[in-house]
This record gives sequence, C-alpha cells and structure tokens, in this order.
Amino acid sequence: MKHSSSNSKRNSSGPSRRSILKGAAAAVGAAAGSGAVTGFPTIWAQEIKDIELRHVGVSYSVVKAIGDQAAKDLGFKVTMQNLDTSAAINRFITQPNSVDIADLEGWQAKLAAKRGVIQGIQAKKIAEFNNFLPIFTKGELDGHKIPRQGISPYEALYIEKHDSTELHDGVTDWLTNVPQVYNADSIGYRPDLVGHTVTQWKDLIDPKFKGKAAILDVPAIGIMDAALCFESAGLITYGNKGNMTKKEIDFTCDKLIELKKSGQFRATWTTFDQSVQLMAAGEVVIQSMWSPAVAAVRVKQIPCTYAPVNVKDGKEGYRGWCNGMGLMKHLTGKKLDAAYEYMNWYMSGWQGAFVSRYGYYSPVPSTAKKFMTPAEYTFWYEGKPAPEPVTDPYGVPMEVAGTVRDGGSFTDRVTNISCWNTLMDEAAYMNKRWNDFKVA
Amino acid sequence: MTLSRPLVGWLYVSPLMLVLIPFFVLPILVVLVASVFETDGFGGLIPTFTLANYATVLTSGLTFNLYYETVQFTILTWFFTLILGFFIAYFLVFHVRNPLLAIGLFLICTVPFWTSNIIRMISWIPLLGKEGLINSALLHLGLIREPLGFLLYSSFAVVVAYVHQLTIFMIVPIFNSMARIDKRVIEAAVDAGASRFDILRLIVVPLSKSGIALGSIFVASIVMGDFFVTKVMSGGGSASVVGAFYEDISVLQYPSAAASAVILTVILLAMVSLILRTVDIRKEITR
Repeated sequence: MKHSSSNSKRNSSGPSRRSILKGAAAAVGAAAGSGAVTGFPTIWAQEIKDIELRHVGVSYSVVKAIGDQAAKDLGFKVTMQNLDTSAAINRFITQPNSVDIADLEGWQAKLAAKRGVIQGIQAKKIAEFNNFLPIFTKGELDGHKIPRQGISPYEALYIEKHDSTELHDGVTDWLTNVPQVYNADSIGYRPDLVGHTVTQWKDLIDPKFKGKAAILDVPAIGIMDAALCFESAGLITYGNKGNMTKKEIDFTCDKLIELKKSGQFRATWTTFDQSVQLMAAGEVVIQSMWSPAVAAVRVKQIPCTYAPVNVKDGKEGYRGWCNGMGLMKHLTGKKLDAAYEYMNWYMSGWQGAFVSRYGYYSPVPSTAKKFMTPAEYTFWYEGKPAPEPVTDPYGVPMEVAGTVRDGGSFTDRVTNISCWNTLMDEAAYMNKRWNDFKVA
Repeated sequence: MTLSRPLVGWLYVSPLMLVLIPFFVLPILVVLVASVFETDGFGGLIPTFTLANYATVLTSGLTFNLYYETVQFTILTWFFTLILGFFIAYFLVFHVRNPLLAIGLFLICTVPFWTSNIIRMISWIPLLGKEGLINSALLHLGLIREPLGFLLYSSFAVVVAYVHQLTIFMIVPIFNSMARIDKRVIEAAVDAGASRFDILRLIVVPLSKSGIALGSIFVASIVMGDFFVTKVMSGGGSASVVGAFYEDISVLQYPSAAASAVILTVILLAMVSLILRTVDIRKEITR
C-alpha cells in the first residue's frame, strides 16, 4: 500500500477528514444536523483500519472507556495501557518506540522534550486550539494570572520548533502536548468526625487528628501537600513550593518526620484506591485526597467532603495537575495523521464530558458542554445545586438533586490553584529526604 | 559419529546457558555498567567511570536505616516461618502415619497459594483494620475500648503478611529433607531410651539442616528483595531497600538505583553463601 499521497489528495478535494470526523463524533452525542454525514470514505476507512494507537499513561487519565469510544468513532484501533506515574515516564524515556501517544504531566512533558522522545505538535492542526481555555495557552483565566509554582500546564506547553528540546516561555506554533484532563487536588475529610468545615491545609497536621490523618506518598507531590500544610500553619514561607531549595526540603522533611514520630499519620497512600479504602474503612478522618476519590467514598454512603482550600493571605490553594497527550517521535505518515485525528477527537467534547462526570475538567469546556446535560453542566462547572440527580460516567448514581459541588464553580477552583505537580531540580535530594521520612 | 568429551559437556549446559546469559548475566551487566555512570538529572546516562554513586549510597545514613528496617523484617519473618514450617513439616512426616494422607495434607498447605500473593496480602486489610473483623470482635467482647491501631499499617502487619506468604517456602524443603530420614534411626533411638525432645534435637534437626537452609535462603532473599508488602501493609509507614531505589528510578536517577541494586545483590550473595557454608547442598540434593 503506497497510495497514501494520492489518497490524501483525493480526500482533500471532498469534505476534509476532520470535518467528517467531527460529524461522526457529534453524531454519537446525537447532536442535531450531523446525521447527514455517515461514516468515512471507503478508502480512508480501508487505510486506517490497520492502524493501532497505543496511548500509555496513568489510570485516571488514560481510560479504557474513552479509548473504546474513540476507536468506535474514528475507525482505527486504540489501545489504552496504564502504568503508574514513575513507570510511565521511565517507559517513555527508555522504550519510546513502544508508545504512540504518551500521556504527560507538565513535568513529564519537560523531561520527554529534553530527552527528545516526543515531537512537537503543530498548534494549527489542533482544531479546537483557539477554544482552549487561556489557562493553558496563555497562563491566565479571566485576567487572573495562573501561578507558576511547580510546572504549570502553560509553562510546559510550548517549544520553539518541532524538534526543540527546551521548553519555550511564550506562545509559539509548536506544542509539547495537548492538555486533555486536569483538576485541583486538596483534602478530603469526614465532616461528621472532623466537626468543622475544613478550608485550610493546616487541619491535616492538627494534633486533634493524631493517628487519623494520612498524606500522599508520591514524593514529588506529597511534599507539596506537606508544604501547603506547613505554610498554612505559618511555619514557613516557601520561595517556590514546586521547586524547593535544599534548605526548604530539609525543613519540610524534618517536620514530617517529627509529625510521624508524634503519631500524626495513620498511613500514607500511593493509589486512588488506597485513599478511598483508608477513608471508607474509618482508618482516617482527614487526608490529602483527589476529587473523584472523595466521590467514590460518598458512593459508599459514607459522608466525605472535599475541602475548598481557597487561597487566602498568600497561603492555601489547591495543588493543580494536568495531563496532556504527547506525540512520540517515531510517529510518521498515516499513523501521525491518525494521532492528530485522535487528539482532535479528544477535544471534540465526548471525552471532556466523560471526565467531567467524575469531577475532572476539560480544557475545552465549550465542546464538553455539548455532550453534557444542562443539569450536569450546572452541577460540575457552574457550582450550582444539581437540578436533578447526578450520575458518574458509567451511570452509577452519585449525588442527589440539590447537592452543590464542593469547592464551587470551575472558576473558583481553578483560580485558587496555587501550585502545580512538578519534578524539582533537587528531586534526587528530595527523594532521599522523603525516604528518611518513610523509614523514620 | 562420536563427540569429544568437552563438546558433550558444553551441550549439556547449553540449555541452562541459553536461559541464564540473556535473562540473568546480561541484565546484571547492564546494571553494573549503569552503576558507574553519571546521570544528567533528566534520565540521561553519561558514560564514564565513577564510584561516586557507591560512595553516596554507602555513606548515607538512610542506607543504614533502610537495611536496618529490611533486615529486621527478614529476621522476624525467617524466625516465624521457620518455627511454623518446621513443626508443620514435622507433624506431616512423623505424626501422620498414612503417607497418602500426609501427601494430601501437604497439598492442602499449598491451597492458599492458588491465589495471587497480592490478593492474599490485601485480604488481611479488612481483617486487621480499625473497623476490621478482629477489632470489632474484641470491641464486642468488651476486651478493648478503643480499636487496636497496631494491627494494621504497622510492622506487625508487615510481618503477618510475609509469614503468611512465605511459610510454604519453609515447609516444602524441610518436609522434603525430613521425609528422607530413615525411620529406623528414630526407632533405634526410642529403643535406646531417647526422649522425644532428644530425638528432635539430636536426629531430626541435624538431618533436616539442608531443608532449613534452603527454606531460609528462599525466605531471606524474597523478603530482602521485596518492597510491595512493606509498602502496603505498613501503610507507607516503613520503607525498604528495594522501595527506596524504586523511588530513585521514579525520578530517573538510574545510576544511584543501579549502585543500590548491586550493593543489595552483593549483600544477598554473602548471606546465601553464609547459609550454604552450614550445609553441603550438593551432597544433600544428590543423596
């Protein structure tokens, strides 16, 4: 099969592939008017049916149900493979050819670019690029500058040329990744057992909750949660929580060791399920936690609240994270085209609506909105009481009518992010100190 | 056609070599080489020769603490699996008269191992938790007022999980060597007036030495080389040698992780050879 060039010419004379794809995707959502375009031109369908894209990343970002839907809408094979954060970045770097689409956090995008395992993504080939929230493209939202402690998605978005290995500060035509899902992490707690509304990180280290608190044990981000606690308690002010000096790392880890020795922590957790288990089994009453994990506890009929830790007096705030899709360097030709189609499919709304239903956000809410019911959008994005019961993406009932989302509207949450997931310059040192904490 | 003797020898060992060279020798060599390289901090290796990685690992108090913790778990696990394994094997060999029944019971010992290690470990969590079966039972009986926190997410929980997982590795080799003890020796001892304890001390233990040694090698090397049980059952409250260098890898510090791995391998080799000095495994196996 060596007809790809003539075929793509033939395609470009008719309706563009992308518009057809968009139509097909929209048809799934039963949007009006798209019924006219059905399926793909036979030749394109023939060409792509043998293509397989391997999308590799962490389980909360690379979701099988989304891949299955993409495959259905796009006509080629999509394989989702899950690894934990560290196994994922190691695979991208040491076996880049075993991955097609790398699911990257900002700091991983920085590393992957540096190692030259990804290729630049042409911004103008991303259909919805102009509708992306400016959080990503310009580092701001409604005039609010998004903080850059840690590695913000904006900071990790651009490179100068398609094969640059250094991130570029400022807008260019080339992207390291296409952001696809993000959120703001804070604390989950049992309102019945804690006894008051938690809005400050320092409650996590309050001796009142001795033996009933837990913290996240992924060193790179656990240390930021700890930093938020210590800053909240007024023990220290960090220059940059996302890139601490050795002295700041020492202070933070020594303080953690002190807390551990005093019996503050019941446990530490590394996976989503562990955090749900700790809370649901009554082991802890307060811990650093992710939004969908809080929801998962609530589904078990156990009261659990996601603390709105809005920024005040330069303290507090959520720890933000964002995962995006990076194109591995080895992608060329039809496979590269397919990868672009795949990323454009992500931005066309189905996936945005899907992740929104467990509390994450889409970088293009305008398309996600089309695939959500007005009630869903009101609840998840506008922070208003749910007009009707809310279900998770798989249809399991989650919240009754009238519930208001913890932390309020999308804007409230996102503009209160104070730092982003990262890999510090002193990561190796930090890791050693974190292990001191673990073994203490 | 006759083959020369050395050639026949090589042919005999070739299947083993075909497995060992690509899957053991080469990976170890890669790790060895990586351990003397430098890192650029972004996952890149700079080919050079430096012992700095070893120096950092060996001079760090953290390394000492990690080994202290891991060796502690190893010794406790070894002790309890040995006691359990020895007496289970002893019961099966000397108290169950019907050999068929003994084999049957022996197979029953392996039943829990039909499920995965991870499931067996995780199933302890609902049992040992604050609201778990044991705590609720004790609370109901009025024996305690507050749930016992030490049952889960503690060193206790780690040892329980290891003992549960690894006792079989003691039972099998000890059973094996006990089964070979000539019953007439014991009969003679009884006739000569030896007590049950004397028989245990003077006949059974010495003749089961090879089984005990083999079981100890299994248990010690598995616990030393594991990090998952420690991580989950201690609720992240303890760290382990392997867990620490796994975290090195998560921040792409390959050379220091490799150096730690080499050091652990050397320590394990030393441990195994010490154990082997107490018995002549080759003689025992071919007996």
